Amino acid sequence: MDIKVNVREAEGDAYVVELAGEIDVYTSPKVKDAITELIDQGHYNLVINLEKVRYIDSTGLGVLIGGLKRVREHGGSVNLVCTNPQIKKIFDITGLVKIFGIFDDEPSAMKALV
Amino acid sequence: MNQYASETVDESSIVELRIPPEAEWAAVARLTVAAIASRLDFSLDDIDDVKLAVAEACTHAIQRATGEHPIELVFEARADSIVVTVRDSSTAAHLESVEDDVDENHIGGLGLFIIRSLMDEVDFRVDPRVGGELTMLKRVTG
Repeated sequence: MDIKVNVREAEGDAYVVELAGEIDVYTSPKVKDAITELIDQGHYNLVINLEKVRYIDSTGLGVLIGGLKRVREHGGSVNLVCTNPQIKKIFDITGLVKIFGIFDDEPSAMKALV
Repeated sequence: MNQYASETVDESSIVELRIPPEAEWAAVARLTVAAIASRLDFSLDDIDDVKLAVAEACTHAIQRATGEHPIELVFEARADSIVVTVRDSSTAAHLESVEDDVDENHIGGLGLFIIRSLMDEVDFRVDPRVGGELTMLKRVTG
């Protein structure tokens, strides 16, 4: 069990954080480190791609919420790409669908940042 | 003895697991319950629900842990349901409520909220002499 984190620059000073694997109490610090590093570098518009994430729990949600709070302090935003029904369900039951922009593909998530 | 304990449960349908109170062991607990739940007539969605609820319970117990005492899990596989009990050794009575502000420093409340949303019955209590015990039940519906 592991999480792979791939960070890449996109258009308009936005960055994409592509995650693959499982995000839980063990792996979420690695995700948090990647997001924190981007924010510390002054990048406040992020797309976090969860398409290859098979599992996420409350610690993973906490990292995403923490990142969103930080970028919003600087006028930025975080959009998510998510197509996995089980993961969408977790965002739904926790009410996080109301605070994150959740999109079916990366171009749509990028477009909504601008 | 928790309120979900049943006198009719066959001993062979009880599985017990002890894991160190460390983050890397949470995956073992959720894979174990997924394997047990798949032996019952749960739908795949319900198995995912039980798996996440047990993972959240383990995370909760790991975060409450104060020493090296293992976290104990008991899985009771019944014909019509599964009951999972997660015990930790922390005697701290504090339990974050679901109304707590949710952020990365307050994930305990969010985890318990998820458990309550996914399982049919949930009970959490702390015995000041023994520790915390979270018991949850999911009924087979499919």
